[in-house]
Amino acid sequence: MADQLGAQEVVLRLDGITKRFGALTANDAVSFSLHRGEVVALLGENGAGKTTLMNILFGHYTADEGTVELFGQPLPPGNPRAALAAGVGMVHQHFTLADNLSVLENILLGTRPLWSFGFDRASARARIVQLARDFGLSVVPEHRVGNLSVGERQRVEILKALYRDARILILDEPTAVLTPQETDALFVTLRKMVAKGLSVVFISHKLHEVMAISSRVVVLRHGKLAGEVATGQTDRHKLAELMVGSEVKSPELRASTPGPALLTLSQISTPDHGNAPGLKAANLALHAGQITGLAGVSGNGQAALADLIAGLERPVSGDMALHGEAPAHWSPRAAMDAGIARIPEDRHKTGTIADFTLTENAILESYSQAPFSRRGWMNWRAARDFAEQVITRYDVRCPGPDTRIRLLSGGNMQKLILGRAMEPGPKVILANQPVRGLDIGAISFVHGQLLAARDRGAAILLMSEDLDEVMALSDVIQVIYEGRLSPPFSRGSMTAAQLGQWMAGGGFDGDAHAA
Amino acid sequence: MRLEPIANPTLARTLGFPLIALTLTVLIGSSLAMLAGANPFATLGLILKGAAGSRFAILETLNRATPLIFTGLAVAVAFRAKLWNIGAEAQLYAGAVMAVLLGTGALGWPSGLLLPAMAGAAMLAGALVLLGPAILKVRFGVDEVVTTLLFNFVVLLFVSMLLEGPLKDPMGMGWPQSSRLIPEARLPRIIDGLRLHWGFGLAILSALVVWVIQSRTTLGYEMRAVGQNRQAAEFAGIPVGRVILKTALLSGGLAALAGFSEVAGLKGNLTLDISPGFGYTGIIVAMLALLNPVGVVVSAIFVAGVFVGADSMSRAAGVPTYIANIMLATALLTMVLAIALTRFNVRRG
Repeated sequence: MADQLGAQEVVLRLDGITKRFGALTANDAVSFSLHRGEVVALLGENGAGKTTLMNILFGHYTADEGTVELFGQPLPPGNPRAALAAGVGMVHQHFTLADNLSVLENILLGTRPLWSFGFDRASARARIVQLARDFGLSVVPEHRVGNLSVGERQRVEILKALYRDARILILDEPTAVLTPQETDALFVTLRKMVAKGLSVVFISHKLHEVMAISSRVVVLRHGKLAGEVATGQTDRHKLAELMVGSEVKSPELRASTPGPALLTLSQISTPDHGNAPGLKAANLALHAGQITGLAGVSGNGQAALADLIAGLERPVSGDMALHGEAPAHWSPRAAMDAGIARIPEDRHKTGTIADFTLTENAILESYSQAPFSRRGWMNWRAARDFAEQVITRYDVRCPGPDTRIRLLSGGNMQKLILGRAMEPGPKVILANQPVRGLDIGAISFVHGQLLAARDRGAAILLMSEDLDEVMALSDVIQVIYEGRLSPPFSRGSMTAAQLGQWMAGGGFDGDAHAA
Repeated sequence: MRLEPIANPTLARTLGFPLIALTLTVLIGSSLAMLAGANPFATLGLILKGAAGSRFAILETLNRATPLIFTGLAVAVAFRAKLWNIGAEAQLYAGAVMAVLLGTGALGWPSGLLLPAMAGAAMLAGALVLLGPAILKVRFGVDEVVTTLLFNFVVLLFVSMLLEGPLKDPMGMGWPQSSRLIPEARLPRIIDGLRLHWGFGLAILSALVVWVIQSRTTLGYEMRAVGQNRQAAEFAGIPVGRVILKTALLSGGLAALAGFSEVAGLKGNLTLDISPGFGYTGIIVAMLALLNPVGVVVSAIFVAGVFVGADSMSRAAGVPTYIANIMLATALLTMVLAIALTRFNVRRG
């Protein structure tokens, strides 16, 4: 730990925090401290206990053992208001803003009593504008939040915390929804904040960002403190090792020779759904033996493309061809029958049924076919055998096929979804955010499976908000922006910054009116 | 206040809270009896005695439980698929009307043919009554809570019209009631000389059939999937609309069997008061049973016992029978709370 930090005042101290949920110990005697004017990165796999720890700090949970101290004062457990009043602000991964209110109203919301009169709106506005200028958070107070981009919304969330005099800011996976350029802007803001004496806890699993912004890294593994290192004295490999407990290898991509196009979209358009744009004259060709990566800031039509290929949405214009032929009708069943495997974006809401067992979830896409269903009767023995086969082949860690799937971690849930989709030997794979929120072990497993499928000759569409993931795995990259698709860029022909330009809409102007 | 889920509730917890709920129900019921000027312990004794104190009392309770099992199953089946059928009352009357239409001499068949025909026609009518709201829900997104509820009044008024018109018993001294069923159309009694009829047997059989459908058939799997997560069901290619329609047919048919069984088993003719709200009480029965078809049998007998016991108690102790309604309401509220408490820890802050 750097010496000059020792001189700085400790603003937050967690001491010996232990939290158990039944047999599971989510936090096991975790201690760390945050100093004035520093960025500490909280690094850990999914399920390592980061969120539990922050929930204890915020009073959402009460620790079984251990104490929290803020600015030298003990924090009463189990009281969310106490942490807020003491000056802790949190920016959640999923924003907590009201779409129908303006930026100003969102920031003021909850800061004053419901029935206060004679409120000085002008001075509140002036203060927000001042804060925005001080920290480089450009927003227009009068704009409706519903019309803002994700990056702008995040700035509003940060301003909200600053307006409440937060001295400590906790950011939960803040870069997951940002373009590289927006991430850089966020880092500028964070540096300004620490320069003014604020402290930041930066929760992330992206190692290079942790390396770029933090002064210290606290690593959690299986609820325990796995290590605490000064950022200057470590590197990405050592951090990854601390995180997973063993050395990790990034996937090696062998060159592939693309085969024929298995799925082609030409000039396809789909309807808009509220704020979610539909596709606008999109062209896409998925070739056998090739991974096509889709880059883009979330909310730019990824959902429309995923729904189209998954069979949930029908195009209003344009042509779709599967194995060279236009499908007679289009539905989830038709998509599966045509050999499309689908890994949905939201494994909790779309991919699984929480209170169903692993067996029941394993056959969700094939329940109506033999051997699982014959003449209207279920064959649960066959279903259970299938579930056991998926569990073994795809390394789903679980008590057994009769466990309700809600008790599984995200990674194991995803492995089950992956297994059930891959078992029929699909020709086309739609992988929508296949590793979001997963730990490194599960990520490398899922990526390994996708690469193996590619080498078998499957055509894969990989959709991810993580540009690094897209660049690491894809043979070809296309960028989606407001429902439009860029031309395909072959692997290595574009830098992250260049793709970032496309993700922000640059380069699309020429054919903007093609739709 | 916040709820924290408990992964594996202990046995003490699973049994303790429902027991406390039952005790609370009894306490509130008896303190009301006290308010009405009766001895609470004596009242309680009278309720128990009236519900289960003799062979006659027990059979009477089972008799009262019969329509509740059917409506409870109807609600449980529908709610399991998140089809909010509040219209079991209407479906019950539709079934009763069919039983009367076929059973008053229109068909001169022997019992062995006539009774199944009546039951089948009743189920068909009940199914059709619920099919309308279900189609509106699937095609146009019309809220079935509203449509099924309103259908209750439509059907009840329609039955009232029938009983004042075409179905009116010419020998009925002007009362709005139908002619009596012919002997071949009556459900026989299980035990000679006592009122319990084979409608109860049919109810038990229906509960078993529903249980088999839900756990063993493809349709049951689809219904549970649609009910628990419609979005995931749609993504997986389950024909959600068709499943909801099939659920509606099953649910409406079950509720209609209550009407058939009351007419053919108990009453022998149709009047407008054949159901004192069995369709609505079926919702309580299903909820108390946590939508489990076998549990429906148990909870229907419990609910019927409270009604029968309170009836008999009120005659003996001079306490209003409304106490039965209050006790059921308390039982439902405390049970729902108790079930929540077996699964969640309540934390302050």
